[in-house]
Amino acid sequence: MTCHEVGCDRIGAMLLREVAYARPATVEEAVSLLSEHDGARALAGGQTLVNVMKQRAASPDVLVDLAKLDELKTISVSGTTLEIGAMATLTSIIGSAEVEVSRPILAEVAATVADVQVRNRGTLGGNVCLNDPTNHFPPLLVALGATMTIRSSQGERSVPADEFFIGVFETAVREGDLLTRISIPAAGKGTGDGMAGVTLGAHGTYVANAAASVTNGAWRVALGCVAAVPVRASAVEEALGADVDDASVRAAVAGLGATLDPPFDVHASADYRRSLAETSVVRAVLQAAERAER
Amino acid sequence: MSTTPITSQVVTVTVNGERIEKDVPARRLLVHFLRDDLDLTGTHVGCDTGSCGACTVHLDGVPVKSCAVLAVQADGATITTVEGLAGDELTPLQRSFHEHHALQCGYCTPGMLMSASALLAENPSPSEEEVKVALQGNICRCTGYWNIVDAVVAVGKGGAA
Repeated sequence: MTCHEVGCDRIGAMLLREVAYARPATVEEAVSLLSEHDGARALAGGQTLVNVMKQRAASPDVLVDLAKLDELKTISVSGTTLEIGAMATLTSIIGSAEVEVSRPILAEVAATVADVQVRNRGTLGGNVCLNDPTNHFPPLLVALGATMTIRSSQGERSVPADEFFIGVFETAVREGDLLTRISIPAAGKGTGDGMAGVTLGAHGTYVANAAASVTNGAWRVALGCVAAVPVRASAVEEALGADVDDASVRAAVAGLGATLDPPFDVHASADYRRSLAETSVVRAVLQAAERAER
Repeated sequence: MSTTPITSQVVTVTVNGERIEKDVPARRLLVHFLRDDLDLTGTHVGCDTGSCGACTVHLDGVPVKSCAVLAVQADGATITTVEGLAGDELTPLQRSFHEHHALQCGYCTPGMLMSASALLAENPSPSEEEVKVALQGNICRCTGYWNIVDAVVAVGKGGAA
């Protein structure tokens, strides 16, 4: 008698621990599900969550699938702000006319995340809520001065990207909270953005990266992969002016590595990562400066 | 009022044109639903970590890795697996894989075909570079990729050969 005949599952067919599932129809319902159930987690695209559930690195008791919440998938421009719903997929960001016009760096970076299949499911909200220190969007959104909107049973609150990322896999989105949208200032004349880094293969995981944004000579520079959360390079921001060239950027960046305490792993020693961080900043800043001139 | 989370539910999907209604546990991956519940074993489990793309299927027309999707998440969706590509005859893409020797062991081939067919549906004459980007999520350990890329590019140029 085979396993199939007796009605049990083939060995290996059940990789995940038992989990309860709900697919709410409204944001209010999603928030109440998340706050009413212990061990509940929001399920966005699932491109990380489903895989870490296999490894038991995450073991939620309840999954609250956000797939039916169309209001979280919209991308729109309101005044001078680009509003991206937390459930917008990376593919939809790549194809968005609003993103193209108001902050094209977001589409450019989205196109370098993983692969087509992952971008078709993976969402911007999922990418930032995970806050894997090697993820693309945390440093970029810090450099762009984004604001996150979080809903809870207590209401809605806004958290600047600078304060949103709290630790490895930890953000301002607490139990019972739901990230609903990410607001990014639309780029005007005099704005330029850049992102550079070193990855494991094309479109691979970052070993080190930096995102830079300039608006009329005011710089924001954030580093990824060097700490649990994106690190603002404040001294570099202050040293950079409106007109930058290769030599002045290198001068502004000199000494940055020594202020960092990056992790080391099989891909890079801490010292090498310091060096990569400096190089990434130079490249990101020069890219942003060139684009600001256009 | 809110929905009560449940550990299994009835999902309704259209797979390769056939409407299917089935009770599935919430923890079942789409790839296992296809292979074990529907006996569509053309979709392969490779790495089971969302990396290799052997499990790629079309979910509402776009390629996804079915090992990184729960079957319940596919409720209401239209799914195409590798079994759904060909009718009585192989598709030009499948013929091209055959003619270009674009496979050796064949394990990755269903996923390659699903990613490549999604690309061709959107971009009928992709460049070599576009093919490489579209197949980035599919790993092949035998071929070195050259013949796979050649096979897809050749279809775009109007012939399997």
